Amino acid sequence: MDTMNVCCNQITPSNSKELHVLAVDDSNIDRKVIERLLKISSFKVTVVDSGSRALQYLGLEQESNSTHFDDLKVNLIITDYSMPGMTGFELLKKIKNSSTLKQIPVVIMSSENILTRIDRCLEEGAEDYLLKPVKLSDVTRLKDSILKTETTGIDQLQSCRIKRKRNDDWLPQPAPKFARL
Amino acid sequence: MAAVAQLQRQFIEYTTSLHNEGYLDDQFTQLQKLQDESNPDFVVEVVSLYFEDSEKLLNNLATALQQKIVDYKQVDSHVHQFKGSSSSIGAQRVATVCVHFRNFCEEKNLEGCVRCLQQLKQEYILVRSKLEALFRLEQQIVQAGGQIPMME
Repeated sequence: MDTMNVCCNQITPSNSKELHVLAVDDSNIDRKVIERLLKISSFKVTVVDSGSRALQYLGLEQESNSTHFDDLKVNLIITDYSMPGMTGFELLKKIKNSSTLKQIPVVIMSSENILTRIDRCLEEGAEDYLLKPVKLSDVTRLKDSILKTETTGIDQLQSCRIKRKRNDDWLPQPAPKFARL
Repeated sequence: MAAVAQLQRQFIEYTTSLHNEGYLDDQFTQLQKLQDESNPDFVVEVVSLYFEDSEKLLNNLATALQQKIVDYKQVDSHVHQFKGSSSSIGAQRVATVCVHFRNFCEEKNLEGCVRCLQQLKQEYILVRSKLEALFRLEQQIVQAGGQIPMME
């Protein structure tokens, strides 16, 4: 399954499978932008407007249907934090608590640079926390990180990267306790 | 072609002034970079969504602030959405008013909120007219057979 030819930042389209991202955002504008950012970065993209639709897509609500899940094969979930109904954080928790879905990396997007929020998300197993508006460089960096973990099979949570504004004070972090797989 | 060159110069000057005056920030430039031959109308499409959304939000805000008992959580939620969409397209001045507006929501300061809504309307109308002017310039360049200059 891992015949992907990856060298540093390049991926040769002819002999590699496109990574499939599920993007979740309640804002139609942000959905349009994130979809474009992801497509330009050569991801296959599915966009939904809520956490519950995301779970529907992921087949969580039909957990018994394992063949349904195989067809979907999502490699990355990127979700807005502040959404009505189910927040991105709640979605993250549901995914990480699911035996079938927990290995899928989840990235949180938020316009708010709140350290306690960032910490909570990372502790809950988020791969990364991106500040909105998300830039192309964020997506490129994300792609490199996901590709590395897909090919080398390292526990992706060991390579968690934290995006913060550079002028923020850096708080000492507790040692990551990411033994989830 | 002299006409194209002149239009392109106008475009560059106008875009630069919009950035210098703070109407647009780097995020707008980022959006322009996402536009190409396969998606030639990307920016116009995103901005059109923004216009539609904004007008709804402004109406919702006016209604919410006119209630006998104002639900500040609801007002804040609308402003949060407006701030988000404005940041997403680079409408910096609109986003800045939203920040102040949210502070007044937190304080449950009706007068402050009403003032901010007025400011918000003004800034939105301004940025909308400037973006429409920018898009018209782009159209003129394309119609004259020229390329839209890439900023930055």
